[in-house]
Amino acid sequence: MTLDTRAPAIRANRLGKRYGHVWGLRDCAFTVPAGSIVGLVGPNGAGKTTLLAMTVGLLAPTEGELAVFGEPVRAQTAGTLARVSYLAQDHPLYRAFTVADMLHFGRSMNPGWDQDLALRRMDTLGIPLRRKVKALSGGQQAQVALTLALAKRAPLLALDEPVASLDPIARLEFMRDVLAASADSGLTVLIASHVISELERFCDWLLVLTGGRLQLSGPVDDLLAGHAVLTVPRQTPSSGLPGKTISRTDSDRHSTVLVAADPARVAAARQPGWQAEPAGFEQLVLAYLSRPPLGACAADPALAGASGGRVEP
Amino acid sequence: MFRFRLDGSTGVPPYLQLVHQVRQSLLLGYLRAGDQLPTVKEVAVDLAINPNTVVKAYRQLEHEGLAAGRPGQGTFITGTLASPSVAASKALRVSLEEWFRDAAEAGLSDEAVTALIAAVRHDLGRDAMEERAG
Repeated sequence: MTLDTRAPAIRANRLGKRYGHVWGLRDCAFTVPAGSIVGLVGPNGAGKTTLLAMTVGLLAPTEGELAVFGEPVRAQTAGTLARVSYLAQDHPLYRAFTVADMLHFGRSMNPGWDQDLALRRMDTLGIPLRRKVKALSGGQQAQVALTLALAKRAPLLALDEPVASLDPIARLEFMRDVLAASADSGLTVLIASHVISELERFCDWLLVLTGGRLQLSGPVDDLLAGHAVLTVPRQTPSSGLPGKTISRTDSDRHSTVLVAADPARVAAARQPGWQAEPAGFEQLVLAYLSRPPLGACAADPALAGASGGRVEP
Repeated sequence: MFRFRLDGSTGVPPYLQLVHQVRQSLLLGYLRAGDQLPTVKEVAVDLAINPNTVVKAYRQLEHEGLAAGRPGQGTFITGTLASPSVAASKALRVSLEEWFRDAAEAGLSDEAVTALIAAVRHDLGRDAMEERAG
C-alpha cells in the first residue's frame, strides 16, 4: 500500500449525506493534517457517526468530495478500508468466537497486523485468549474490540465513542496505547466523544458539529487564540463588542460574552471596565454546542428557518 | 529522570505547564545543564496527553535556549536560569513576612489575603498588558 504521508489525513469539501428527505450532514469542509488527534464533538444526531462512517468508507457521500491521505474515499473498496481502522460505538465482535479466534481473524484480514501488540494488550488486561467473546464482561469486550482496531496498524484510526463502556482507569490505559502509537508512527486519530475534558488532553484539532453542519474546525491552539471571554456592563450590545458573539450570559449588572476575535482585536476594542480573559477549551466547545444550530440543514423541518454561517478561522 | 505533572484545574494550556515546570525546576536546581528530559512518547503516555503538545513544549524550551535535541538521543537541558540573588529573595521574604503579619493584625482572613494578592497580581498584569497593547 502506497501512502502519501505529506497529504492531509482527511480533506472534505462540500461533503453531504442525505437520508431520504433529511440531510444528516451538509456542506462540510475541512482539512486535517496527518498526525493530528482530532476531537469530533456534537450533540446526538448532529452527524458525527455519519461523518465517521463516510471517512472510513462504510457510507457513500450524497454530494461533495472526501479524501483520506490524498486518495478519494470509495465506499466499500479494499484500498479505502486498508487505510483506516474503525471502531464503531457498539464495538461489534463475533460472540461465538474465542479471543484467540478474533485475533486470528484480524491477522488474516489485515496485512499490517501487529500480533505482538494484540497479545501484549490481552496479557496486560488479563483477558484469557481461550475464553469466548460472549463470556467476557462488557468492558472486556470493548477492550478486545479496541485491540483489534489498534493492531490493524492502519494510518488513520477512527473511534466512535470508544471508551463509553470503560471505567476511568481502563479509558486512560486505552488512550495511552493510542497516544503511544501516535508518538511512534504519527498515527492520525479521529475521535468522537462527549467527554470534553478528556478531549482537551488528547486533541490538537477540533471539529464541532451541530444540526448536520460543521460549526467550528481548526487546530485547538488557533481556535483558543481566536476567541476571548469578555465581562462587560449589561447594557453593552453585542454589536458593540469585537468579533462575532458566540455565547452570552446576562446577569443583573454585567454580561459574560464569548467572542470570536483575536487578542489584537480585543485589545483594540477594549473599553474601561471591561475584563478580557482567554477562552478555555471546554468553555469554547460548550459555547458552540449550545448555540442555536446556525445554518442547520433546511431539509430537517425541526430546524427549517434557521440561517447564518459558520465560523471558519 | 525528570517527570512532568499536569494540573487540569489551572486553565493554563498543557504545553505551557510543561515549559513552566522546566523553568521552575531550573530555578530551584532540580534540573541542571546536561540532564536529559523524558522522550516525547514517555511524556505523552505518562500524562495521557497529545504527543504534539510535548513537541510544542520542547520546541519552546529550545527557542528559549534552555534545552536542545540531540538526534537519536533525546532532549537535554543546555541552559541555566539566573536565579534571583539570594540576598534579594531574603529581603523580599522579610518584607513579605512583615506584610502578612500586618494583614493578620488588621484582621484579614486567609481567604481575604489570597483574594487581595490575586487582585493586585491581576491589576499589575493588566497594566503590563495595556502598556504592551498601547
